[in-house]
Amino acid sequence: MSSISGPIDGLKKELDSAYDHNPHDHHHAGDHHDEGPKVTLGFWIYLMSDCILFASVFAGYAVLKDGTAGGPNGRELFDLPYVAVETALLLISSLTYGLAMISMEANKLKGTIGWLVLTALCGLGFMGMEIHEFAKLIAEGNGPNRSAFLSGFFTLVGTHGLHVTSGLIWMGAMFVHLFKRGLTPQNRIRLMCLSLFWHFLDIIWIGVFTIVYLMGAA
Amino acid sequence: MHPAKIYPENLLTGKLGIDSVPWHEPIIMVAGAGMVGGAILVLGLITYFKQWKYLWTEWLTSVDHKKIGAMYIILALIMLLRGFADALMMRTQQALASGGGHGYLPPEHFDQIFTAHGVIMIFFMAMPFVVGLMNIVMPLQIGARDVAFPYLNSMSFWLTAAGAILVNVSLVVGEFAHTGWLAYPPLSELSYSPGVGVDYYLWALQISGLGTLLSGVNLVTTIFKMRAPGMTLMRMPIFTWTTLAANILIIAAFPILTVTLAMLGLDRYFGMHFFTNEAGGNPMMYVNLIWAWGHPEVYILVLPAFGIFSEVVPTFSGKRLFGYDGMVYATMCICLLSFVVWLHHFFTMGAGANVNAFFGITTMIISIPTGVKIFNWLFTMFRGRVRFEVPMLWTTGFIITFVIGGMTGVLMAVPGADFVLHNSVFLIAHFHNVIIGGVVFACIAGLNYWFPKAFGFRLHAGLGKVSFWCWLVGFYIAFMPLYALGLMGMTRRLDYMNNPVWHVYLIVAMVGALIIFAGIIAQVAQIAYSIWKRDELRDVTGDPWDARTLEWATSSPPPFYNFAVVPEIGNHDAFWDAKQRGQGHPRPKTYEPIHMPRNTPTGLLIGLVSVGLGFGLVWHIWWMAGGALLVMIGLGIVHTFNEDRDYYVQPEEVKAIEDAYFARLQAANKKDAA
Amino acid sequence: MAGLMAAAGLVLSGCKMAVMDPKGPVGAGEKDLILLAVALMLIPVIPVIVMTVAFAWKYRASNTRATYAPDFEHSNRIEAVVWAVPCLIILALGAVTWVSTHTLDPRKAVAATTPNVKPVEVEVVSLDWKWLFIYPDYGVASVNELALPVGTPVHFRLTSATVMNAFFVPQLGSQIYTMTGMETQLNLRADAAGDYEGMSTNYSGEGFAGMKFTARAMDQAGFDAWIAKAKTSTKSLDTAGYAALAKRSQDVPASFYGSVDPNLFHRVLNKCADGSTTCTDDGMKMAMVKSMSAEQCKKATKIERKS
Repeated sequence: MSSISGPIDGLKKELDSAYDHNPHDHHHAGDHHDEGPKVTLGFWIYLMSDCILFASVFAGYAVLKDGTAGGPNGRELFDLPYVAVETALLLISSLTYGLAMISMEANKLKGTIGWLVLTALCGLGFMGMEIHEFAKLIAEGNGPNRSAFLSGFFTLVGTHGLHVTSGLIWMGAMFVHLFKRGLTPQNRIRLMCLSLFWHFLDIIWIGVFTIVYLMGAA
Repeated sequence: MHPAKIYPENLLTGKLGIDSVPWHEPIIMVAGAGMVGGAILVLGLITYFKQWKYLWTEWLTSVDHKKIGAMYIILALIMLLRGFADALMMRTQQALASGGGHGYLPPEHFDQIFTAHGVIMIFFMAMPFVVGLMNIVMPLQIGARDVAFPYLNSMSFWLTAAGAILVNVSLVVGEFAHTGWLAYPPLSELSYSPGVGVDYYLWALQISGLGTLLSGVNLVTTIFKMRAPGMTLMRMPIFTWTTLAANILIIAAFPILTVTLAMLGLDRYFGMHFFTNEAGGNPMMYVNLIWAWGHPEVYILVLPAFGIFSEVVPTFSGKRLFGYDGMVYATMCICLLSFVVWLHHFFTMGAGANVNAFFGITTMIISIPTGVKIFNWLFTMFRGRVRFEVPMLWTTGFIITFVIGGMTGVLMAVPGADFVLHNSVFLIAHFHNVIIGGVVFACIAGLNYWFPKAFGFRLHAGLGKVSFWCWLVGFYIAFMPLYALGLMGMTRRLDYMNNPVWHVYLIVAMVGALIIFAGIIAQVAQIAYSIWKRDELRDVTGDPWDARTLEWATSSPPPFYNFAVVPEIGNHDAFWDAKQRGQGHPRPKTYEPIHMPRNTPTGLLIGLVSVGLGFGLVWHIWWMAGGALLVMIGLGIVHTFNEDRDYYVQPEEVKAIEDAYFARLQAANKKDAA
Repeated sequence: MAGLMAAAGLVLSGCKMAVMDPKGPVGAGEKDLILLAVALMLIPVIPVIVMTVAFAWKYRASNTRATYAPDFEHSNRIEAVVWAVPCLIILALGAVTWVSTHTLDPRKAVAATTPNVKPVEVEVVSLDWKWLFIYPDYGVASVNELALPVGTPVHFRLTSATVMNAFFVPQLGSQIYTMTGMETQLNLRADAAGDYEGMSTNYSGEGFAGMKFTARAMDQAGFDAWIAKAKTSTKSLDTAGYAALAKRSQDVPASFYGSVDPNLFHRVLNKCADGSTTCTDDGMKMAMVKSMSAEQCKKATKIERKS
């Protein structure tokens, strides 16, 4: 678990350290002008690396897709309308995050927080639905230990879910940062990186929805 | 008969109990007592000399890339001793167990030793050594004051150290994996490896792998964003280029390792079926995935090694590097090609001829840029004035040794030849030929070359030469018999063999290992002696080798801010050219304030707590694992609320430090002139 | 270097080196391939070693008579040569690789020395920690002893009932992995009578070092006698016999089975040799039927009716 959520936390903390400075220190104006691009580039590189992580999990799933070992396959298990609602929640959360960023650009702290709250609620809803889906499958005896196919399924969807959970924890920390200090330059950078992360997870989910659910249920 | 006892799980101590420590195994107990005793001795000495505060403020919580780099190398040297002890035990066992007996190690112990040897040497010796050198040198070479994310750098190191600690804990508490260093399933699955060994393996590698990945992100960002003004990509020193290539490989390859080991972990912890023999699992997928990481890993190690030689050769030949552009293209070529060759590790899996031939040929193609590099080093020596200081000796030894290792490597890239050589000790000889002859030689060359930069005094040349000759001679005596044995049909990983013909070869190999051991002792003695005689070996100028790259433009050791004024770079030999114009050490009239990060203990604490996370997971002590994870996340979040993380070094302080340096420089010049 | 010379000398003398002393066409092909590849590679390797020593000596700092050109860093001619030489060698070696990989493909049948000889079929199962050889055409099986008629090609089908192993007889050539649930194939031929050591080369756990067998190449009469002797064994490799054999054991001496369940290899391959589980191929068929849509089902039944 830590291996998946760790890098996120690490970078999160890192971009803080790169951007934090005490306004009461006698700092020279504009002395941090080169820090923003550094943090953004670092975060992009991390996201690329995360992309390869997901690619490997996708590859594992693709290899094991037919290893149902006499158990159920995707067509028997997946409830497409249910997953469509899940998907909609996540897509809406990307939209609300975008609106939060627009508010941030307009220097509106309340608006930013408001849209972020909506984003977090959508994210929580998504996670709730996912956990419910998992619990149902396990209760029916179709847990990840039933077959290689289900191992791949739970791992792929679960890896994405763990990322969303890390994003939600990060968002929780952001609320405290925003309440404490408002839209400081370092908080803007943090929000920007979280935004990249959040949209990235959205893109990954579109892959999951297409390859696992749509193609699996077809 | 397994030494480690597993207890039925309970809430408090998981599967751990008093007899999980193999009390009745004398070899393990002696080794364990040595380790624990050594640790107590070190801690005692620190306490006795009241050095805790210094250690804490100057090292453990430091975010200075030079100190973190030095700590990586200290870790690597300690692990070299541990890994080499394993090597000696293996060589002794095989020498004893080829004359009819079964030696002194039972198979389950021998199997752990060769697994631990591989894991330690690759992950906790070679990797930290290379990463340590990159940390110390690369920011100095590009004229940066630190890496892009200094605190992340500290965390990366402590996560790596945590992995090393877990591996060493496994020696005494429980057992290590007996699966071979890549832990192929289904052997590493619960049904064939029910003990905690594989779990130690998994968590040690996951935790240290996370550190490596973060370090990769950090160093790539540093290179892209923090170069001195005027230093375009094509003006970067070759070591910086190879650092870039290696870290790009880390970013691209380590996630694959994370996923592969996570899948094996899910099989073991949640009964999943990624790689099991049952329920649709596919062990071959593991083999493919692990080598999709594993082959780039080879280049993660060897590209920086090439970078080190590319710095050493021009310096000690007193000459520009031949074919700089070719070096860069060759490096990036290798970087790309390393991702399309992984199948050559298992030609014997029965893939079709087309697939095998494809991967065989791509593998050979890598030897083209590698060959170009070797020719470029040779033509750098050509018409030079070659000074055979210790780093240059290692380099010369490397070129000869490496072409032999390269040749046997290309030989095994021919699938038809691999069909009879694979899994034999010929293979063992080959990869030791390239890893010792390439990576280890480079690391020690780099250590001798950059030690004065990092610590302000040179390493003793005489002992360095003793070490070199022991290593070189010992290497050939230890591994040439293995090439021969491989052709005789000796398989790797045998704990005994009834073949009297092999006996003599294995004794020769053991003697070779002992000679290498003498080289390691000379190496340790060289460091100890040089610390003792450091005043005589002092590097006053900051440029003891009359070198060419930017790290030599500042004092030795560099001030914590590296450069008082970051120089402008006009070409890839800028410092050398400046020296030719007599402007190697220009003295600025005024100094600007310098922005520096403050130390933080968060990286250290997260690393230490991650040992608890790993240990809890290994022994199924869920409260410990869960608690540790929460503490790690908490520490990370709390750190974001720390507002006081950086500060400004005032011009007066910079001026005082720089004035002292220029005074030393003048005194040295006068002494030279007199 | 002395060690290298010694090793090189030994390679050339070859007599004790199993890989360099092949007893069949596959091993011989591989030996020739090794020698050819090494010869090709020595074309650049020897000059590099000589140049290293020569340059190191000639341009040593104390030799002030040697030319010193500190700014010499580029030469189109030298760079063209240092790229061209490795490229040409690899071009040649690549061609050799492409051709030899196809001719030495383990799945490719090997010709018999005399015409109209059918290959001997052997089914190989790796167990913890011993080898099982089933001769389906003769209804016998052996453990840790493999018999081959000289001059007759042998076609192996291999699998594992445990972890991954690799089947290898160095003097006959080509090793191949054995893996659970997977069938690999190998074709070999022994051209000289004799006992050759065989082994697992892929580490498989505690008993790995003792996982050896003898490959006995003998003339046709000897082979027939060997089969006849095996047939006299009262042991039977039925479900119970196999279950007993599959138990972990180390350093197992050779033994024989006079009768074998003809379906045993198929059952091991499909993980149903213990008789209590569904064979994976049957399971797959069931899954396929289950996943067929109604229309596909109709089509399938129509095709079946037609035929």
